[in-house]
Amino acid sequence: MNGTIYVDNNATTRVAPEVLEAMLPYFSDFYGNPSSMHTFGGSVGSKVREARAQVARLLGALPEEILFTSCGTESDSTAIYAAVRANPEKKHIITTRVEHPAVKNLVEHLGKNGYRVTFVPVDRNGRLDLETLYRSLSDETAIVSVMWANNETGTVFPVEEIARKVNARGIVFHTDAVQAVGKIPINLADSAINMLSLSGHKLHAPKGIGVLYLRKGTKYAPFLMGGHQEGGRRAGTENTASIIGMGRAAQLAIDSMQDENTRVKALRDKLESELLKRVPASMVNGDPENRLPNTTSIAFEYVEGEAILLLMDQHGICASSGSACTSGSLEPSHVLRAMGVPFTAAHGSIRYSLSIYNTEEEIDFIIEKMPPIIERLRQMSPFWQQAQRA
Amino acid sequence: MWEYTDKVKDHFLNPRNVGFIDDFDGLGEVGSLACGDALKLTFKLDPDGRIADAKFQTFGCASAIASSSALTEIIKGMTLDEASKVTNEDIAEYLGGLPKEKMHCSVMGRDAMEKAIAFYRGEAEKKIDGEIVCECFGVTDRQIERAVKENGLTSIEEVTDYVKAGGGCENCHDKIQFIIDKVLGNAPRAARKPEALTNIQKIKMIDATLEREIKPALNQDGGDIELVDVDGNRVLVKLRGTCASCSKSQITLKHYVETKLKDLVSQDLVVEEV
Repeated sequence: MNGTIYVDNNATTRVAPEVLEAMLPYFSDFYGNPSSMHTFGGSVGSKVREARAQVARLLGALPEEILFTSCGTESDSTAIYAAVRANPEKKHIITTRVEHPAVKNLVEHLGKNGYRVTFVPVDRNGRLDLETLYRSLSDETAIVSVMWANNETGTVFPVEEIARKVNARGIVFHTDAVQAVGKIPINLADSAINMLSLSGHKLHAPKGIGVLYLRKGTKYAPFLMGGHQEGGRRAGTENTASIIGMGRAAQLAIDSMQDENTRVKALRDKLESELLKRVPASMVNGDPENRLPNTTSIAFEYVEGEAILLLMDQHGICASSGSACTSGSLEPSHVLRAMGVPFTAAHGSIRYSLSIYNTEEEIDFIIEKMPPIIERLRQMSPFWQQAQRA
Repeated sequence: MWEYTDKVKDHFLNPRNVGFIDDFDGLGEVGSLACGDALKLTFKLDPDGRIADAKFQTFGCASAIASSSALTEIIKGMTLDEASKVTNEDIAEYLGGLPKEKMHCSVMGRDAMEKAIAFYRGEAEKKIDGEIVCECFGVTDRQIERAVKENGLTSIEEVTDYVKAGGGCENCHDKIQFIIDKVLGNAPRAARKPEALTNIQKIKMIDATLEREIKPALNQDGGDIELVDVDGNRVLVKLRGTCASCSKSQITLKHYVETKLKDLVSQDLVVEEV
């Protein structure tokens, strides 16, 4: 097999050919500003409206509840700052120990600047300690932010249920749904979720486009101030081509939801069960019950993730690792550590994240190449032989 | 993705001397699973007391494996006295350099070599020297001090790159800064004099700093430095002895001499070789 086998779709995805095709005219031919008074610009405005409706349909939301941003991180920052600014007297934030840095680092920053932060723990399978979450709710709480699905393990959290309980207390609920949107069905029509972040490049739209869903009636203050774009809620000239691409990608996601949850899931399951069978001392990180259909995080004990990834790279296989060495930090993934995954396993954890573009042939290739890679590194590892003797 | 040299990639993909010598003369083990890398080094001496064979087992990333492989290649054929002088810089240099965040991999190689030699010489396993400063990675003040001295480190970030200390919870950052300041002979930061110096004062201070702080350190490695001229904020120097021919002299000049003069005399100084 030649070329690249890409199973790192939780990091980023290929721009769908249909998306690119939809976008291209809006760079060179229809480059008008949607805010302009002339027909030339105005026609782009109607395409932006169409894209807004397409994204709304994917989420079961109203078009006016959709704000286009520059990325998932901007959506997260906007949501959290909106809640704390709208409730200046409330100095408490609740989130989880396994959030993406986009939420984690922002909330830690607020924690050093006058806010009390509760980080809700998870159990060994990555499931949230809901009791602690509910017990932490108070009149002081400005916002509760819980990711819909975890980027490293794919574990899906019961955000709808949490949102209802949080909302019942009159507290704003935000979810970072960057990994969930497009992979599992979402319907915000009857939901208590106030704000939701998503990122285009995780669902075959380009990088540099994000969305913030803002439920009608939610108290809000803009993050970027300036012009009147997005109804005065997010200033800055619209990234028109990417917005149009985002809309097309949302439409494709609706169409491929079935495929994602049947064929892609079956490929993921095959990859996972075959690797567990063929590689001794390996295990799955995360909740096998409540999980994204495309993700599996597998810990190969006694070897280190960066070394595994570089050997996979020799075969053109692209994945990610929760190991310390890949990130430039010295600590393994905060997600795996929060779950209490032992160091023996955390350093050797590999995340495979599939997309609708993966084929069975590719999965078979990975299944064939992984066992010798792990075996080769274990032959070098002093701990493997110790473990064998024990 | 890390920028590894071809040499690092080669030693990772085709590691030399993997294994364990059953009838070893020396054995050195460093690191742990928790830390994310570990190295077990064994060597066998020939009748002349030279290292006839060396083997390693490593758990860790590509640069840890490559550093271990490089170490075994470097020390083969050496006497133990020669091997004991191998530094982490030698290992990094053998590999054509390592990303700075990965320098601790080369330090691990050096540490394993030292332990293996101590084992052979029957020196009792040295107790962990000094006091633990970094709880996350179990690094002592002595280890930090040594890394700062030997590699001319000047920031907490660099200390983390070389010995990992400070790379976890970051609670020890103040202590690490204290050690750096102590080694570099910095006055506590607040006490630094901000007034402008006259030219003559500046030259005197530069000269005194070179004599007191910089020359002794360079002399230890057989090198020397001479002040040629001071032109405004340009400090013109000549490197002598081993420094003159050392491939890392520019690093010494910029990282060590210049940093020291900036800290002790004036932030505006620039050191140049003539």
